[in-house]
Amino acid sequence: MTIRKALLSAAILSSTLGSAAQAEEVNVYSFRQEFLLKPLLEAFTAETGIKVNVVFASKGLLERIEHEGRNTPADLLLTADIGPLHDAVERDLVAPISSEVIDRNVPAHFRAEDGKWIGLTSRARIIYASTERVKEGEITSYEELADPKWKGRICTRSGKHTYNLSLIGSMIAHHGEAEAEKWLEGVKANLARKPQGNDRAQVKAIKEGVCDLALGNSYYYGKMATNEKEPEQKEWAASANLVFPNQDSRGTHMNISGAALTKYAPHPEAAVKLVEFLTEKKAQQLYAEANFEFPVRPNTPWSDLLEEKMSGFKGDEINLGKVAAQRANAAKLVDKVGFDN
Amino acid sequence: MNTAVEPVLSAPRIRPQLRGLMPGWYGIGWGTAILVMLPVLAILWLALFPTENIWPHLASTVLPVYIKSTLILMAGTGALSVAIGVGTAWLVTLCHFPGRRVFEWALLLPFAIPAYVIAYLYTDLLEYAGPIQGLLRELFGWESARDYWFPEIRSMGGAILMLTLVLYPYVYLLARASFLEQSMSIRDASRMLGCTPWQSFIRVSLPIARPAIAVGLSLVSMETINDFGTVDYFAVKSMTAGIYDAWLNMGNVGAAAQIASLMMIFVVLLITLERVARARSRQYTSADRYRTIERYRLTPGRAWMCTLACTLPVLFGFLIPFVRLADMSLAHLDQFAENNFLDYARNSFTLSVSSALLALTIAIVLAYSKRLYANRPSLQIAARMSNLGYALPGAVLAIGVIVPLAAFDNGVDAFMRSHFGISTGLLLSGTPFALVFAYCVRFLAVSGGSVDSSLGKVTPNMDMAARSLGANSLRTLREVHLPLIKGGLLTAVLVVFVDCMKELPATLILRPFNYDTLATFVYQYASDERIEQCSPAALLIVLVGIIPVILLSRTITATRASS
Repeated sequence: MTIRKALLSAAILSSTLGSAAQAEEVNVYSFRQEFLLKPLLEAFTAETGIKVNVVFASKGLLERIEHEGRNTPADLLLTADIGPLHDAVERDLVAPISSEVIDRNVPAHFRAEDGKWIGLTSRARIIYASTERVKEGEITSYEELADPKWKGRICTRSGKHTYNLSLIGSMIAHHGEAEAEKWLEGVKANLARKPQGNDRAQVKAIKEGVCDLALGNSYYYGKMATNEKEPEQKEWAASANLVFPNQDSRGTHMNISGAALTKYAPHPEAAVKLVEFLTEKKAQQLYAEANFEFPVRPNTPWSDLLEEKMSGFKGDEINLGKVAAQRANAAKLVDKVGFDN
Repeated sequence: MNTAVEPVLSAPRIRPQLRGLMPGWYGIGWGTAILVMLPVLAILWLALFPTENIWPHLASTVLPVYIKSTLILMAGTGALSVAIGVGTAWLVTLCHFPGRRVFEWALLLPFAIPAYVIAYLYTDLLEYAGPIQGLLRELFGWESARDYWFPEIRSMGGAILMLTLVLYPYVYLLARASFLEQSMSIRDASRMLGCTPWQSFIRVSLPIARPAIAVGLSLVSMETINDFGTVDYFAVKSMTAGIYDAWLNMGNVGAAAQIASLMMIFVVLLITLERVARARSRQYTSADRYRTIERYRLTPGRAWMCTLACTLPVLFGFLIPFVRLADMSLAHLDQFAENNFLDYARNSFTLSVSSALLALTIAIVLAYSKRLYANRPSLQIAARMSNLGYALPGAVLAIGVIVPLAAFDNGVDAFMRSHFGISTGLLLSGTPFALVFAYCVRFLAVSGGSVDSSLGKVTPNMDMAARSLGANSLRTLREVHLPLIKGGLLTAVLVVFVDCMKELPATLILRPFNYDTLATFVYQYASDERIEQCSPAALLIVLVGIIPVILLSRTITATRASS
């Protein structure tokens, strides 16, 4: 038991020391990998002198904030998707942010009305279409994915993946549950294979001739087209045209990476400063480029590749909170139509 | 894990009057069991508060799929692990063939490779864009996936194979220890009665080793049922997938806890069934460690077949992934120098060593209080329940750890605020202690099994002699028991150490700020499909794991004089 005692005292010591040293800092619980954030956070520290501490995990951080309660050390939650942001609001774990800087930099549909979550970068869920087997203009909307003419020609990752849940959620938000279910059944009937792999694997399947259409996030195009480590990925990227669906109607489904301030944040001012920093031009450019995403801030230059391949499309401007609110229903629809079976 | 399993002597229960000198053991035993059970209790508690009843939905949609895949996965992995583990253990223990002495330890090596790493490496090798299919296409002039058939690695079959490759060593380790201590006379008798070597194996050795194999199989089953990384990667919709779906996609933590609790109950049922079945066919045998094992001499053809049979699991479970990792690492050697790499290694090592030692201490306390109070079924059940953390998926266990630690921290904080006006904040949550606690809870089943069985083999006469000579229960434990079961203790420490080095899901969630272990560092890149960039770290996990694995094999071999 001596080890336990030693650890215990070490723990007590470290936490009392921690609270004694009141240097300015921000504590971040992040659903995004640290290596994506690192350059930005370092730039923030260099500019403001505020130290940023990070825990990265792909799940479980909301539970940590919830049970740590008033004593949570976490100031900010950074996520790679609208899902956890919405959950955090639903579970009453976050506080509103009100900041003129943020309001100026982030368009209204990319943040909660009450400031309880803020989008930082955006991406489109697009259709990758085979350059060889799909004519230009042959598919222009998500709805057409359910058209029987695509039977056996569509690939996608699991319907339960958060990106697909948001897309299905947006279908529910726009068309209602009954119609979304019919649509999802139609898409299921058109699948070339059981949903599997990640977004990149679907584009690869186009290259391999397994299917002709694939759903994927826009940034994977950049990641594949510039992949020097695995040059064969460039061929995958080259095998597909990028289709931004629903240009003639509501626009392409968008998702965000974002931030939220925790309800009991010990350093709320510094935390808001960090979010403001992340919405400013320089950070927006850096953050977006690190992962081939789009800056949420208007009039921020895009990387050359994105500018060339993706500029000028119309994104769906429905508030993402409405989409995220349908995610649980979307998950049930996926079960109901046996999408992943 | 244990060097062999149950008391093989029909040991008389220790008489109650042997206690008395230190009545504290009863309380200590209960206290420890409850502490370790806290995370499991927390999950059961969370299961009481679902945001909605998820079962009608599940039952009418995907529940049959979840149940079917889970059963196939468990049956497949279990059957293959037993076939490979028991088969090779018997061969290296009782037959002569080329390379036998190397295989004694080499068969344990796959244990050092984390399941998520092996799954990634094989997908990389065997998928369409991988070198193997690429080579085939070049050789035969095929142009696309439509021109030929190749088994899909991302499938149920793939998941079973991957899990088997890293889990069969549990069965091998236990089966080998059991074969090593089986009496030669029994085998001789069976042979004299006309059994062929094969019949003697099936009708004599195997039934005697059954308790050991059952423990190995239950460890394999629990690892299989709690795995998420591999099954998710391979798109297998098991019950674990259902847990994460309810938790993360439907925002229903309570429902997720309900599914997890049901899985625990399922595991308890399985283990109990096995025990009941075994109790009916109880056999007693005397261990005989002193007569040298006489191994079967085989014809050269058969001997080489044995060599081949033992080579395959080592080749696929260790050599291929290891060489692949080493190859990738060469391109990223610079990483050893930067990235606070040494810090990660030190964190992994310190955590694993502390957890292995603490888990051992807990295991000893539980095993010894069970021994002293053999006539108190409630304590026996509590001690057994404390092993259940192993049946929970790592991320769920992490939530189970967060709940009691945070409650403790907030309770202390509230008390200190109201009485002394000081805020103590979080004392345990988000510290390395939370990680050590989680590891102990998770791997107690492993160290407990080993300590339990070793202690079970020490005859109660030892207790009586020591106590009648005036030693109290603590001194008896320290000076008589612990030295006698050294081998079992070492086994427990080593296996838990390797398991902790590989642990990922709970580490991610519970760790302090700015704190990485080798496993979390690997995950950060692997989750972005960039495992090449962290291959040196993955390689280091494997390398550090190899040393205890070899020590382990020597410990077991040393249990018996061998030719």
